[in-house]
Amino acid sequence: MKNFGISIREVENIRVLDISGELDAHTASQLENSLKSLIDQNEICIIVNCKGLDYIASAGLGVFMAYIEDVRGMGGDIKLTNMNERVYNVFDLLGFPTLYDIHDDESEAVTGFNN
Amino acid sequence: MATSNNTYSLSVEASTSQLAKVRDFVAEHAERLGLSEKEIGNIRLAVDEAYTNIIKHAYKNIPAKPVEIELGSDNSQLWISIKDEGESFDVGAYNEPDIKARIKNKQRGGMGVYLIRKLMDNVQYNRSGHMNEIRMIKHL
Repeated sequence: MKNFGISIREVENIRVLDISGELDAHTASQLENSLKSLIDQNEICIIVNCKGLDYIASAGLGVFMAYIEDVRGMGGDIKLTNMNERVYNVFDLLGFPTLYDIHDDESEAVTGFNN
Repeated sequence: MATSNNTYSLSVEASTSQLAKVRDFVAEHAERLGLSEKEIGNIRLAVDEAYTNIIKHAYKNIPAKPVEIELGSDNSQLWISIKDEGESFDVGAYNEPDIKARIKNKQRGGMGVYLIRKLMDNVQYNRSGHMNEIRMIKHL
């Protein structure tokens, strides 16, 4: 069975979540728990690096929808990076690129936080 | 209706733990029909969204409820039928999601039906007795 994986690292005081595998209604809670835990610790500069993400369904996008307002209200952001074409296409179909800060590469998102 | 040459079926319980299995089932058969990787990806997602809606809305996350998935094709189309015995979906009451407003209100969901319509060529909802059916068609 295919899996979903998530790990957290730190880059210049930014928390980077590396997510991989398939993000659907079954695995979305793992991402949700990680995001929630960061926000609870007031870690609000967050990058979600989707390099290893093979698949996303709307339940996965729903996690980002639930927390972005809180994070931005606290002065932070959730930036998304390194999506493959298939994953980006799902975000695009729902109009996310105008609502979220999405970058081709993680370094651009880091720069975005530092400016 | 055109005669179907090949039909395959899969019975699963309504559980998100079965999502990957359901997606792989339809992808495997779509691949045999020679569909492109992008089209197969679209079908995987449409089926995922339809099945997830059944789990969450028709059966309200009650486990061990039956879902029947049937896939068939002829020379002109691939069709996928997903049947459940839960609460029926009122397609007439459905509005396209305003994502911006939903984010503002910290709401999620409501995107599956929209995606299914975008990804498939034709989508029908049928109710027969106590059975709901969503039938999704992709032209070949």
